Amino acid sequence: MSDIETKLLNDVQAIREIVAQQGRLSVDVFELDTTSDLYSAGLTSLATVGIMLALEDRFNIEFPESMLSRKTFNSIASISGAVSQLAT
Amino acid sequence: MKTLELNTAIDIGFDFDELLRQVHAVGKTVLAVHAAEVDRDARFPKEAFAALRHTKLLSAYVPTEFGGMGLNIVQIGQVCEALGQYCGSSAMIYAMHCIQVACVVHHAQDSSYYRNYLWELVADQRLMASATTEIGTGGDLRSSVCAIEVSGREFKLTKKAPVISYGGTADDIFVTCRRSPESPASDQVQVLVRRGEFTAEPLSTWDTMGFRGTCSSGFTLTAAGDVAQIMPTPFDEILTQTMHPYSHIVWCSLWTGIAADAVNLARSFVRAEARKTPGETPISAIRLAEVDRVLQEMRHNVQSLTREYHELLKQNDPEAFRGFGFSIRTNNLKVTCSQRIVEIVGQALLICGISGYRNDSKFSLARHLRDAYGAALMVNNDRITKLNATMLMVHKEAF
Repeated sequence: MSDIETKLLNDVQAIREIVAQQGRLSVDVFELDTTSDLYSAGLTSLATVGIMLALEDRFNIEFPESMLSRKTFNSIASISGAVSQLAT
Repeated sequence: MKTLELNTAIDIGFDFDELLRQVHAVGKTVLAVHAAEVDRDARFPKEAFAALRHTKLLSAYVPTEFGGMGLNIVQIGQVCEALGQYCGSSAMIYAMHCIQVACVVHHAQDSSYYRNYLWELVADQRLMASATTEIGTGGDLRSSVCAIEVSGREFKLTKKAPVISYGGTADDIFVTCRRSPESPASDQVQVLVRRGEFTAEPLSTWDTMGFRGTCSSGFTLTAAGDVAQIMPTPFDEILTQTMHPYSHIVWCSLWTGIAADAVNLARSFVRAEARKTPGETPISAIRLAEVDRVLQEMRHNVQSLTREYHELLKQNDPEAFRGFGFSIRTNNLKVTCSQRIVEIVGQALLICGISGYRNDSKFSLARHLRDAYGAALMVNNDRITKLNATMLMVHKEAF
C-alpha cells in the first residue's frame, strides 16, 4: 500500500470517528458504506456544525460557507472529498 | 420546489389595495366586535372565520390557476398585520393556516392529490392546522417519535401532540412523523389528515394568558388515509424553505398589527388629552413619538426579511436556501419582534395610564399585553437563540 493510500484510509477512519461522535446518527457509522446517505441515517443540518468544527480541528482546515451544504455531508466519501479539497 | 415562483407575481388587474380595505372592514365590523369575548371565553373566533371564508381569504395564497387569489408573501404579511390590529387570536389562526397552505403550494404541486386538494381548499375554504410538536421530543420540530405505517395504499398514524392550535375546529391537519417505524427520528414526512379521517382525543386544555382564542389544546391524534396524502417533499426541505421562514414572517407581521393597534389606542388617548389643552403638546405626546419610532423599526424589520424571502422564492431554486445566513436572520427577526411587541404595548400602556390598565375602558390594553407576552414563548426564544449560537459558530457574513 502506498503512503497516499494509507493516509487516505487513516483520514476516512478519522472522519468516521468524527461522524460517530458528532453526527447523532441512529445507526453505527462504522457499519455504513463510504457512500451511504448519512441524512437517511439520521444526520441533520444542525449536527453538521459539530462535524464541521471537529473536521476543521482534526485536519487544520476551514470550511467556506459555500461548502455548508447537503452535498458536502451526504456521505463519508463526500466529506472525505471535501476534506482533501480543502487540505490542498 | 418547481413551483415556488408561482406566487411571486401579482395577478394583473387584481387590486390588492381594495382587498386590504375589505380586510380592514372585516376586521372592524367582525373581528374587533368579538375579540373581547373570544379572549374572555378562550373560544374559537367563529364569526371571524365565517367572514374570512366569505371573503375567500382562506385561499389567499393559493395560485390563481387553482382559483385562489395568488397573493405573494409580502401581501400575506400585510393581511396578517391588518388582522392583528383587530383580534390577535384570529390573526394568529389565519397566519398559521397560511403557513400550511404555503407548504402545499410550494412543495406539492407535482402531486395530483394535492392539486385537487388546492381546488377543494378554494371551493370549501377549508381551514388547515398543524401538528408538529410531540410529547417526547421536547419541542424539537426536527425529530418525531410517531411513525407512519403503510400497508398497500393505506397509511395509519397516532401522534400525541401537546399542542394543536384550533385542532378541535380545523378541517385538515398537517402531521409530522417518521417516514416509517424503522426510520431515525430526523427522517420525517408531513402527512395531511382530513376531517372524517382522524379522531382527536383531548390531552390538555388551553387556558392561557394570551392568544386564548387559538384554542391550542393537546390531542392524541389517530388517523388513517391514502398514501397520496404523504407530502412528496421530505419535511426538512419543507421546514427550511417554507415552514420556518413563512411562520416567522406571518407571526411577526401579526404581532406588528397588535403593536400598531396599541399605538393607535395611545394616539387616540393623547389626542383626547390634547383637546383638553389646545395649543399645548401633552407630555404623553412625547411618549407617543418615542413608541412610534419603535413600531416603525419593528415594521421595517419585518418588511425587510419578507422582501428577502420573496426574492429567494423568485429564484425558484432550493439551493438559494443553502447555508445558515437566511435561517439566522429569520430567527433574529422572530426574537427581536417578540421583544419589540412587549416594549411597544408597554409604552402604549404608560401613555394611556389607568385607562389602559382597566379592563372596562375603550383604551384597555390588557388583551394586547397578554397576547404580546406569548410571542417570545411560541417556539421559545431561548431555543431559537441557542440554534443561532450553534449556526453562528460556522456562519460568516458574506463579503
